[in-house]
Amino acid sequence: MGKVRGNLLPPALAILFSALLCGIALVVSGANPLTAFGAMVTQVGEGTTAVDIVNSTGTYYIAALAVAIGFQMNLFNIGVEGQYRVAAVVAAVFGGSVALPPGIHTLAIILVAALAGAAWAAIPAILKVTRGVNEVISTIMMNGLALGLAAYLIRDDVFGELRGNNIRTPEIPTSGWVPGISLGSSGTVFGLVFLAAALGIAYWVMMNRTRFGFELRASGESSTAAAAGGVSAKKMILVAMLLSGAIAGLVSMPEILGRDHTYNLNFPAGIGFSGIAVALLGRNHPGGIAFGALLWAFLDKSGLALDNVGVSREIVTIMQGAIVLSVVVAYEVVRRYELAAEQRRVGRQLGTAEPVGGAA
Amino acid sequence: MTALTDAPLTSIPPQRKKALPGWATGMIAMAGAIALLATTSYLTGVPQLTSSGTIQTAVRLALPILLAGLGGLWAERAGVVNIGLEGMMIMGTWGAAWAGYQWGPWAALVAAAVFGALGGLLHAIATVTFGVNHIVSGVAINLLGAGLTKYLSTLIFFPLSRNPRESPAVPKFDTYSAGGLSDWLKTLEDEQRVAISDIAGILRGLITGVSPLTMLAVLFVIGSYLVLWRTRFGLRLRSCGENPTAAESLGVNVYLYKYAAVIMSGALAGIGGAALVLNPGNPGYLEGQTNGRGFIGLAAMIFGNWRPGGLLGGAALFGYADGLQLRSGGKTFLALVYGAVLLLAVIVIWQLVRRRWFAAAAGIVAAGLLYGVYYSVDEVPSELTAYAPHLVTLVVLAVASQRLRMPAADGVVYRRG
Repeated sequence: MGKVRGNLLPPALAILFSALLCGIALVVSGANPLTAFGAMVTQVGEGTTAVDIVNSTGTYYIAALAVAIGFQMNLFNIGVEGQYRVAAVVAAVFGGSVALPPGIHTLAIILVAALAGAAWAAIPAILKVTRGVNEVISTIMMNGLALGLAAYLIRDDVFGELRGNNIRTPEIPTSGWVPGISLGSSGTVFGLVFLAAALGIAYWVMMNRTRFGFELRASGESSTAAAAGGVSAKKMILVAMLLSGAIAGLVSMPEILGRDHTYNLNFPAGIGFSGIAVALLGRNHPGGIAFGALLWAFLDKSGLALDNVGVSREIVTIMQGAIVLSVVVAYEVVRRYELAAEQRRVGRQLGTAEPVGGAA
Repeated sequence: MTALTDAPLTSIPPQRKKALPGWATGMIAMAGAIALLATTSYLTGVPQLTSSGTIQTAVRLALPILLAGLGGLWAERAGVVNIGLEGMMIMGTWGAAWAGYQWGPWAALVAAAVFGALGGLLHAIATVTFGVNHIVSGVAINLLGAGLTKYLSTLIFFPLSRNPRESPAVPKFDTYSAGGLSDWLKTLEDEQRVAISDIAGILRGLITGVSPLTMLAVLFVIGSYLVLWRTRFGLRLRSCGENPTAAESLGVNVYLYKYAAVIMSGALAGIGGAALVLNPGNPGYLEGQTNGRGFIGLAAMIFGNWRPGGLLGGAALFGYADGLQLRSGGKTFLALVYGAVLLLAVIVIWQLVRRRWFAAAAGIVAAGLLYGVYYSVDEVPSELTAYAPHLVTLVVLAVASQRLRMPAADGVVYRRG
């Protein structure tokens, strides 16, 4: 009971609090919050929205898994943002310039994307292991460099080609595409949404049922204790970072192989940072992350519906920011409260009325 | 424990004697940088490297980086990592534009500081009071700052400018030049004589078209140094970043100091945002205007080893690279690569003198690679030049991370016991 309450209460409170906050903001700016929230909920049934939400949930889910692997051992991979971008460009260029039989082509592109993401993550990982460079700073710098590299690689005199006023990589031939599940007028679910689900299951198995997952979590809890148990902290950092980068490399695969078939200037930005938020919301748990990704995708897509009822869609971004901040605060408050409750319980059992340690 | 084992603990560790005071190293570094630029400009035949126009642009572009970096310095000296600088800066740009188009540039500065400080306050509440991880809170504030400004500009700027991503034009500061001196330096610069014209160009760039904001920023750097390193308040603030438990035991209200530092940090980052809006090259607020400059400010602070003087150097370097690219494009930027080769050559000789063979060999390889780049390409692609600061920071971190010293308790969540 306590565990469930500790895990479910904070996000519920955070969402309520953020909705309240945004409601107040809407009232102040002269809009009716009830119309706005109503429009957000009813839009799900209209047109292709539901399918769009599912598709973008898959994308956020992969990004959040990449972040979560790092979080499991106290590594902040802020660099998912850069890793998925570099992987997308490299994979799109590769996919568009080779001819392979169907199936193998797709697998090769996915493999290249994972390798490119891992390679981009390898730089901060090696810097951290050999030179002790903090991964937060180095991955932020790598994010900047990724933007530059991507912009350079799609120049029309490098790998890109000019189409109208958009620049894009050569289109991937049909042998590399992943067919979606068409639902008629409601849109098409990307085939690779199932890749996201598979990754989630693999993540759960790895963390909870393998020796590697145990060592990873142990290093995260206490690197000295893990070292005493024979786990090399440096090796774990390297492996966790590379794994995180490889998964980050897959983030854009559903969209590129399922719809766009190319990397162009309209490539979505900020998924890496949303991934951090979603991983925090889901507390690194594959189920929790799925819920977080769904919420994020739902909020994202409600922008259009809000525009239709005359409310500025940016209120959604505020809501997302408020949710992250309030959910981490809520988790912390609940954790402290439970710690104090446990101390009181232990105190009662030991026969001392006062809490031990004094942390309230 | 016996008295014998106690004795060494209480003795003062022998202090490494500093050969030169900080300001002297700064002067030497500056003279070295000017000499390097002058030599590069002479050898590559690219006068724009030291032209007054380039320097003027560089100063304008260095300001936001400098102010954001100062913001980072305040927070991190008190032990709070501030990744949220970017978000606070964005809030600053909106505040500056909102107050600026109505009441002029001074109001813009104040409003930017207030908006940035609000972001700082939020960060302080999350990290200090609630003990949320500093990076997590920073990431959240970046999301929130971007969302809030987008919402507010659609709400307030759209009816005025008919563009939700832009504010109405904001009036700028009048700029001041040291009249006669500037003209005299101009004649010197136009003569194109080795070294003298270079120095004249750099000086002229520094004293021509100076906005009050530039002077203010310089004052902020000096002021931050004086407050943080020469006052009781500063000593206590820094002690919160080094060892908060010890500070608390000596009666310092750690929470209060951390709050003050992070709010100050936000205000400085906000003013950094105002520096972008009040840059004569920009009409006003523009969505996405900060473009990661908060992060570059953080990088400049790390480049400067968490010290105001070093931070100034880092901001100058990054601003200069930015300004050169903006004014003269990739061809001129390539000359900087040549300059880097020269710098590496000096470092290699220095390492050889000190008989550090491995470092010297690494330097030679790096210089060879850079020279290869210089030799083989005609210009650095403009897509890449914008990210030169990121690359420089990575290299500095990789090479010098052992010599950099951040505050001991930086990023550690502190709870009053």
